[in-house]
Amino acid sequence: MSGQSPELSASVAVLPSDVVDDSRGSGPPAPRKRRRFQSQHRPVWEEPPTPVGASLKFLTLAVMVLVVVFPLYTVVLTSLSTQAETLRAGGLVVVPGEMTLNAYKQILSGGIVTRATIVSIGITAVGTVISTVVSILAAYGLSRSNSFGHRPILFVFLITMFFGAGLIPTYLLVSELGLIDSYWALILPGAVSAFNVLILRNFFMGIEPAILDAARIDGAGDWRILGSLVLPMSKAATAVVALFYGVGYWNAFFNAILYINDNEKWPLQLVLRSYVLQGVTLPGSGTGQVDVASGAVTGLPIQMAVMVLAIVPILLVYPFVQRHFTKGVIFGAIKG
Amino acid sequence: MTASDVKDGARSGAGTPAPPPARTPVVQRKIGWRTRLRRDRSLLIMTLPAVGLLVVFAYIPMLGNVIAWQNYSPYSGFFNSSWAGWSNFERVFSNPLFLNAVGNTLTITAFQLVFFFPVPIVLALLLNSVITPRIRTTIQSIVYLPHFFSWVLVVTLFQQIFGGAGLINQTLRAHGHQGFDLMTNPDTFLLLITMQSVWKDAGWGIIIFLAALSTVSPELYEASAVDGASRWRRMWHITLPALKPVIILLLILRLGDALTVGFEQLILQRGAVGAEVSEVIDTFVYYQGVVYGDWSFAAAAGLVKGVVSLGLVLGANKLAHVFGESGVYKRA
Repeated sequence: MSGQSPELSASVAVLPSDVVDDSRGSGPPAPRKRRRFQSQHRPVWEEPPTPVGASLKFLTLAVMVLVVVFPLYTVVLTSLSTQAETLRAGGLVVVPGEMTLNAYKQILSGGIVTRATIVSIGITAVGTVISTVVSILAAYGLSRSNSFGHRPILFVFLITMFFGAGLIPTYLLVSELGLIDSYWALILPGAVSAFNVLILRNFFMGIEPAILDAARIDGAGDWRILGSLVLPMSKAATAVVALFYGVGYWNAFFNAILYINDNEKWPLQLVLRSYVLQGVTLPGSGTGQVDVASGAVTGLPIQMAVMVLAIVPILLVYPFVQRHFTKGVIFGAIKG
Repeated sequence: MTASDVKDGARSGAGTPAPPPARTPVVQRKIGWRTRLRRDRSLLIMTLPAVGLLVVFAYIPMLGNVIAWQNYSPYSGFFNSSWAGWSNFERVFSNPLFLNAVGNTLTITAFQLVFFFPVPIVLALLLNSVITPRIRTTIQSIVYLPHFFSWVLVVTLFQQIFGGAGLINQTLRAHGHQGFDLMTNPDTFLLLITMQSVWKDAGWGIIIFLAALSTVSPELYEASAVDGASRWRRMWHITLPALKPVIILLLILRLGDALTVGFEQLILQRGAVGAEVSEVIDTFVYYQGVVYGDWSFAAAAGLVKGVVSLGLVLGANKLAHVFGESGVYKRA
C-alpha cells in the first residue's frame, strides 16, 4: 500500500468476500488434542483464551445479539397475543401465553392499514424497478473511462453527492410540477442515487476487459454486452443495490409527510407513525370491521402487528441479499 | 477535484478516467471525437434517463435556491417575486432559533463522535476474535439487520421499551419502583438519540472494519506469536495499525458531514421532547419553510448549510489526503 488516501480507500474496496469469511478459518489441519476452549478453527500458534476472557467475550456477544433480537421477539409475541394477555402482562408480552392471529386478521381485512400496506408495496416495487434499471444503465454507460463525454457526465453524478439542492427548492419544484398527492412524488425525486450508480459502475469496471472485448469483436453491441454478459456477472452487486433502493422506498416516511397530504394515500410508515408512535386511535374506517366498541382498535396487539407488518418485507428479502454484503457493499460502507 | 480522486481511487484499480494508464491500448486515444461519438452512442443513451432525473430533481432545485434572495411567495412564483438582496441571510444569522439549531446540530455531532463512533470499532475487534466462521457470520447477519429498519420503526421500538408505558417502566412499576420516561425528557435526549443510533447503525458500521481486518495477513500474527508477543501486544502492534487508515478516513468523512444529523430521527421526536433540544438545522429549515411558509428565509438557511457543508466535505477530503500520506509514510 503506497501513495495517498485514494489508495487507502482502494485497499478497503477491493476485498473479495471470501477473505472476510475465511481469514481465520484455514488453520493447518494438524492433529491436536482438544482441550477446554480449544476450537478446531484456532490456529496452533494462538494461545487458548483464559476462562475469564472467554466468558467475558461470550457475554458481550450474547448481549449484542440479545439487544437486537429481544425487542423484536417481544413485539412479535405481543402481536400474536390476545388483548387479555397484554392486560395481564401490563403491556408488552414477554412470556408466551394465550395466542391468536386476530390482530393480523383485523388490520389485513381492509381499512387503513391494509390500504397503506398495498400503497407501500406498490411504491416499493415500482420505485425499486425504476431506480435499479436506471442506475444499471447509467453505471454501464459510465463504465468505459475513455468513452465520449465520460468525465463531464461522471461529474454530473459526483456533484450531487457533495452539494444537495436543499429541502425548500426541491419541495417547491415538486409542487410546481403538480406532484403533490401523487405517488410519483415518492419515487422520482430520489430515484437516482449517485452513490448506488458508483457502486455498480465500480463493479462493472472490475470485469475483465478481455471478455467484453471478445464479445465486441464477435459483433455484440453495448446493449447486448450489458444484457448477456455484464448483468449475469454482476448479480451480487445488482442485488445489493436493489436492496438499498427497495429498503429506502419501503422505509421512507418524510417524503410522504412532505408530498402526501391526503391521508387516504398514506404509506405504511406514516400509518405506523400516527397510530402506533403517536397513539392516534385507528379509525374503524373502510370496511368497518375494526371493532371500536371492544377497545380492540387501540389494543397493543394491533399496534404491534402494524410494526411487524413494517418489518416483514425486510426480513423476507434480507437473507437472500445479506450474503452479498461483503462483496458488493464494502465500498458503500465507507460513506455509510 | 479531490472528490473525484477519492471516488476513482476507490475503484479496484481498473483504470482511471481521462489520462489513460499505460496498459490501455494506445490506439484508442487517436480516434477523433466524431468516431468516438458514433462508437459510444449507446453508452450515452444509457446514461440519459439517470442524467435527466438528476437534472430535473437535483440541478433545477439548485437553481431554485435563488429564492433565498427573493421575497418568494407561492402566488407570485419564481419569476414574479421581488428581490430582497441579502436580507434573508441577515435574518438567518440574527435569528436566535437558527443559532440554537446550529448549536444543537454541533452538540449532537460531537456527542455522537465520542459515544457512537468507537462502538463499531470495538465490536469489530470482538467479532474478529470469534474464530468459528459459522458463529461469526450468524452474529454479523443479526447485528447488521437494524440498519435496514426505518426510523419510524426504531423510534417506536424505543418507545415501547423505554417509554412511559414501555416494557421497562411496566416491569419497574410491577416491582414497586418509580417509573421514568426517557422518550420525553429533554435532559437525556442526547443519550436517547445516541442509543438509538447505536442500536440501528453500530452493527452495520462493523462491516468496514472487518473488511480492513481481513486484509491483515495471518502470518503476521503467527510470526509475532512465535516471537512471544501476547494477545494484547498483537492487537496493539498489528490489528490497530491495520485499522488506523480506515478510522482516519471515516473520522474525516464524518467531520465533513458535521452539519447533517439524523433528520428523520429528530423530526419524529421533536414533538415529544420539544424544539429546544431537538431542533437541528434541517428541521429548522423544514419548519420555517414548509410549516410556517417563510420560504425565502428557510431557503437561505438551507443554502447556508449546503454551502458550509460543501466546504467541510472538500476540506475534509484535503485533510484525508494529508493524513493518508503521513499515515502511510510513517509505516513505510
